[in-house]
Amino acid sequence: MAHTLIEKLIGNKVGKEVFPGDIVTVPVDWCMVDDIMVAFAAAKFEEMGFAKIWDPDKVVLIYDHFLPTTQADDSRQFRAGNAFADKYGLKNVHRTDGICHQLMTEAGYVKPGDIAFGTDSHTTTYGCVGAFSTGIGYTEMAGILGTGELWMKVPESIKVVIDGTLPSNVTSKDVILRIIGDLTASGATYQSLEFSGSTVDNMTLASRMTMSNMAVEAGAKCGIFAPDEKTCEYCNIPYTEKEKALRPDADASYSRILTYKAEDMVPVMACPSLVDNIKPVSEVSGTKVDQVFLGSCTNGRLEDLHAAAEILKDRHIAPYLKMIVTPASVKIYREALADGTLGILSDAGAIITTPGCGLCCGRGGGILCDNEVVVATNNRNFLGRMGTSKVKIYLASPKTAAMTALTGVITEA
Amino acid sequence: MENTFTAKIWVLGDDIDTDIILPTEYLALKTVEDMKPYAFSPLRPELAGLIQPGDMIVAGKNFGCGSSREQAPEVVKALGISCVVAKSYARIFFRNAINNGLLLIENADLYDEVTEGGTAEVTPGKDIIYNGKTYEIASLPANLMEILNAGGLVKAMRKRNGLD
Repeated sequence: MAHTLIEKLIGNKVGKEVFPGDIVTVPVDWCMVDDIMVAFAAAKFEEMGFAKIWDPDKVVLIYDHFLPTTQADDSRQFRAGNAFADKYGLKNVHRTDGICHQLMTEAGYVKPGDIAFGTDSHTTTYGCVGAFSTGIGYTEMAGILGTGELWMKVPESIKVVIDGTLPSNVTSKDVILRIIGDLTASGATYQSLEFSGSTVDNMTLASRMTMSNMAVEAGAKCGIFAPDEKTCEYCNIPYTEKEKALRPDADASYSRILTYKAEDMVPVMACPSLVDNIKPVSEVSGTKVDQVFLGSCTNGRLEDLHAAAEILKDRHIAPYLKMIVTPASVKIYREALADGTLGILSDAGAIITTPGCGLCCGRGGGILCDNEVVVATNNRNFLGRMGTSKVKIYLASPKTAAMTALTGVITEA
Repeated sequence: MENTFTAKIWVLGDDIDTDIILPTEYLALKTVEDMKPYAFSPLRPELAGLIQPGDMIVAGKNFGCGSSREQAPEVVKALGISCVVAKSYARIFFRNAINNGLLLIENADLYDEVTEGGTAEVTPGKDIIYNGKTYEIASLPANLMEILNAGGLVKAMRKRNGLD
């Protein structure tokens, strides 16, 4: 029988053919616990009475939301994490290396065909390498830490096909925002978003990562790409029959199929204060902006910084506007430093900050106040996410963000 | 698995979200017992007072959509609901429910054919018999039944670890 990508991946893991709706217990390849949740997961783990972690080498503890701390009590989470790591022998601990979702593939953990769970909703990001990954609660995480397995329901799939060449001012961020707008914020609930077509084939891993990251904003359980040669190169593994076999059958059954022509895409924004309130940038252009945020696990990668630097080279951002640039990881930070990108952005007047979640979760510098407008490259524009509930957050691509920083008003790149 | 029980039916609609199951203002009450009177209050304020231990809920699609609040399945469980039968569940609610020991059953047809106040005979993992008609239900894997029968994930893990 024909199967979708996620059905094949899960079937491989449980050693039998699976169908949407089946409830299966899957072995877990990777667990990611972040600084916000580690204290709760640790408490539940001990309440459950486990003496040891099933495999400490498969657990990755990452400090990112509170890095560096901004509130008096924040470092308590680090102390709880450190104590847990010491007590149970966790070696994969990233205390200052960057955002969890960037590090889980960048640091070489998650590979094609793997199953990973994390205590953060944007754990869907690892679908970019052809892995199944999704967010869970801390009670469930505690259970996995003890047992190495988790039950799940095999999801139905929505096939999203994008063919053709994107206009030069359109990025994968515009593509995923458009898809979320069409699906709505709950349109993919419980389902797997399966991305394919010549446009995504031609995308970099970094661009695919942006799409997997935001799949959850349509309610999806995961957002997955079939692994290809580029994926394996990124993951530093050979492209073998195993990876080649990890693709959907042509006649697989989908709950819905969305098809797009890349040439028809335009730069878009998620307007205040819903992720599915999608409008073409041209419709909201001219709106005065107080701050631009370039960063996050959605769009804080080297190609995003390059896109901004290309627009801002030898120019200066608008007077009064603040631009905050937060690379997603230390590796990206160093690469951007070495190739001159950070210098260009700094010369243009941007504030470069420590790698981490930063302003995306309203914890880093750059908190805004009533009636201020921010154009940001991250994934959520919910009320109050970056300051007061009257801050207006527009989500956009790095290109739109940089162009807007240059002019001081929302501007199409 | 042959654990048949008979339950009185309460019928709710489509898209019963977690704010309906337990509104935000009651989330911070000290205990689940304190929250019980407010369950389903935005939709049917009288319902929590009428539900008797052992009753069941039958609902439409997307039951438990909305926030990740674990209090939602906890309060339904605390009311003594023996099981919820819905066309579909929101993902996080489904997981939180099982982890809190609340039996959820998916069935596409029962909702369209039941009347509130009737009774059904439920055999988890096998079928539901209502009004002389048998509705087949998918079986849950043994480990899920283990979680449910133990009363939730923390308790199941404690049992697994020989503590309770």
